[in-house]
Amino acid sequence: MDRRTVFGGWLLPVLLVLPQLLLTGFFFYWPAGEAVWSSMTSQDAFGEGVRFVGWDNFAELLADPLYLESAVRTVVFCGAVSILAMGLALALAVFADREVRGRHAYRTLLIWPYAVAPAMSAVLLLFVLDPRVGLLGRWLNRMGLDWDYHLNGNQALLMVVMASAWKQVSYNFIFFLAGLQSIPRAVTEAARMDGAKGWHRFRTITVPLLAPTTFFLLVVNLVYAAFDTFGTINALTHGGPGKDTETLVLKVFRDGVVNQDIGSSSAQSVILMLGVIALTAVQFRFLGRRTET
Amino acid sequence: MATLELNGLRKRFGDTQVLRQIDLSLTDGEMLVIVGASGCGKSTLLRLVAGLETPTAGTVRLDGRDITQLDPSARDIAMVFQNYALYPHFSVFDNMAYGLRIRGLSKAAIQARVDAAAAMLGLGDLLTRKPRQLSGGQRQRVAMGRAIVREPKLFLFDEPLSNLDAKLRVQMRAEIRRLQRRLGITSLYVTHDQVEAMTLGDRLLVMHEGRPAQLATPMEVFEQPADTYVASFIGAPAMNFLPAILTEHGAAARLDAGPTIRFTDGPRAGPEGMALTLGIRPEHLTVGDPQLRVQVDLIEPLGSETLIHGHLPTAGAPPMVIKVAGRAPASEAIAVGIQAEHLHVFNRETGMRKAPGA
Amino acid sequence: MNRKPDYLTHAVLALGVVLFALPVWLVLAGSTQESEAITRGDLSLIPHLSGLPRYWQVLTEGTRGAEPVWHMLAISSAMALCIALGKITISILSAYAVVFFRFPLRKLAFWSIFVTLMLPVEVRIIPTYSVMAQFGLINTFTGLWVPLIASATATLLFRQVFVAIPDELVEAARMDGAGPLRFLRDIVIPVSGANIAALFVILFVYGWNQYLWPLLVATDPSLDTIVIGLVKMIGIDSDTDWAAVMATAVMALLPPVAVVVLMQRWFVAGLTEGEK
Repeated sequence: MDRRTVFGGWLLPVLLVLPQLLLTGFFFYWPAGEAVWSSMTSQDAFGEGVRFVGWDNFAELLADPLYLESAVRTVVFCGAVSILAMGLALALAVFADREVRGRHAYRTLLIWPYAVAPAMSAVLLLFVLDPRVGLLGRWLNRMGLDWDYHLNGNQALLMVVMASAWKQVSYNFIFFLAGLQSIPRAVTEAARMDGAKGWHRFRTITVPLLAPTTFFLLVVNLVYAAFDTFGTINALTHGGPGKDTETLVLKVFRDGVVNQDIGSSSAQSVILMLGVIALTAVQFRFLGRRTET
Repeated sequence: MATLELNGLRKRFGDTQVLRQIDLSLTDGEMLVIVGASGCGKSTLLRLVAGLETPTAGTVRLDGRDITQLDPSARDIAMVFQNYALYPHFSVFDNMAYGLRIRGLSKAAIQARVDAAAAMLGLGDLLTRKPRQLSGGQRQRVAMGRAIVREPKLFLFDEPLSNLDAKLRVQMRAEIRRLQRRLGITSLYVTHDQVEAMTLGDRLLVMHEGRPAQLATPMEVFEQPADTYVASFIGAPAMNFLPAILTEHGAAARLDAGPTIRFTDGPRAGPEGMALTLGIRPEHLTVGDPQLRVQVDLIEPLGSETLIHGHLPTAGAPPMVIKVAGRAPASEAIAVGIQAEHLHVFNRETGMRKAPGA
Repeated sequence: MNRKPDYLTHAVLALGVVLFALPVWLVLAGSTQESEAITRGDLSLIPHLSGLPRYWQVLTEGTRGAEPVWHMLAISSAMALCIALGKITISILSAYAVVFFRFPLRKLAFWSIFVTLMLPVEVRIIPTYSVMAQFGLINTFTGLWVPLIASATATLLFRQVFVAIPDELVEAARMDGAGPLRFLRDIVIPVSGANIAALFVILFVYGWNQYLWPLLVATDPSLDTIVIGLVKMIGIDSDTDWAAVMATAVMALLPPVAVVVLMQRWFVAGLTEGEK
């Protein structure tokens, strides 16, 4: 990360990094530290008093069936969103990489949903799948299918998975397409000379060469599904019916902001932080410390 | 117009001694070429003069003024970079004008200087173009123009031709020489290309492992290389080296391969049997003289001449190259004679040249 | 190479386009129709030109219990612009310092910024809220955007871009007499123009699409962003004015989509280059 030629002096560079360092300190390290501290305290039910309780909050959480259920639900949800969003994106990217007429128009029409807010995607899909106002939702009910994600927990989970994946497809599409375009023509041509065709060529040449992109996207999608979908889920189901779509982030929000249980909510935050740090660490391990080059 | 003096210049990066001891002085208007293999310290030397690095010890004086600690921009030095280092978002005009604007020259003065340099370099029609719209040769000219408009006391060239194709390189080489003569600006020119070094320099500084190996005119370097390194570096194909010992009270050398050769330029001092290395350039070997028998490995016809690669029949003998005019005889072994008047004598232990009487 | 149209490819891509476009088209068509018709399920796929005045009405007056849409759009625009420009500014400065200077604790400064890459707002909701409260930033516009510009993504991207600037260019500028700030202004920023444009798109969209953060720090309706306002509107379960919701949704979508589509070329290159 070192260059040969640099400017002299130390005051100017310190002044230049200072704004970011201050913001980072105030809005990252301070809250993170506070989260760790609060996660080991408990508020008295009656007074102002705050008591140090060590690992109690964590122990309570890990023994709480509701928390574990939410954790399992989050894993299932993240997995489903990532697979759906990445699968669709890869299929579209493979075809958009072909030399067809109007491929630039196709690309634009497949990329724009990147701009849609997670909460917006909930509103948009509501108009398609809501059992009362949604076009498809009403049709399903008319066809005799009992479709109402406001009441049926499994349908609700399916609904938030679809809405979350819908928004993320274009992000993945952009990366898969870039990945496909960066495969050297000579490699594909060599594979053709070797007689590899269609599906076989895709499986033996394209898929392995896309592996770094795929892995990168998998991590990004998991993080997206775990955190950014708060807006989607909150707008569609508020975590309901019951707690059937309550992922860990929604639970942090409910316990902390709505129920004001600071200790437990902070402990949950700390666990989530560790999860993100682990994911990021795995990513760096496998993607070969790209920031260092 | 200025003189440049380097005294006891050293540079260390961490534990690596990159420049060991450089003393050098350039007269006004002189073009000195620094040549050496990569890693010899020649670029570091140039960057010390430019002010892009600070020396560990020693001084740099330009026109008598000590500039060792000055910022590059305060030194009145201009530099032409290997990759041209043109500002990609500026037009040709702005590339040349940028340094002048920073120095606060008037618009009219900038216009006049850039126009003059552009005319000199044939860039008049390209002033509004961006660097990416130029060919390699044109970019090279813009880089030169940027140096010229500054009207500096000293030009520095850092391998400026190494990114051009062979034909353009020959053309630009001549152009640089012509310009430098015409402007009369003292110049330091770094290259790893010995042909460039021979053709461009008033004097050459051959560098080896951070030390000056020889400082002399190109022809002196070629005819009297100071040591075996310089001898092998300058001249293509490289000089042949043959092990020998001093004999006949210093008047001759006996080759390990057999024959004894008398020195035509006078006897060398030293004990009988002293270990020597004899150097002889490929063009100074005569085919048909039965002094040595050379086993032929490969023949390379170059058209007007032919290179014969071979080796002496003794085990472990070094490879030899012989350059002959026209075609080479087609045989597996040839008789080769050494032209004694072109023999170079080196001390085998130190590698240093052994002149007559020394 | 066969020149016959590739029907399969067209079919797959068209299907994808419809998958994305259908909800938007529904919303666009619905926004011009009567709310009663939508509630009944009589949503026509053809927009009614007669419904266009609703946009003006929603824009200036809003719907029951919500701010006028123009106000929410203004908050969203201001927030997205402040986040994009603020983050670009502090990131350029810090990346420039880290790449082009050597100063004490440089690596520590870089790593302490870098680590924040791993901490999205969502995982530190409560403590950040309490820090914000201590700064008196709850229910302020500053509170909406300042904490969001601190993250490391942009700094990393600029660091990568700056490291790729050839040493010789820096040296040429130094020989020309350019000091560090002049070099930043005259050379570094113009040379990184495409990356700045790409980052602007990414950050504008990021800022526009914030949901949890404004929900948390700005409960005052006069600070409602368009995304917050929209979700609030559908929250009223019975008696929702669906046509108004749809018109609002269209207007909420338009700015970020326009930015992405208009700047697609830089954005795609910048995104894929930066994130990897």
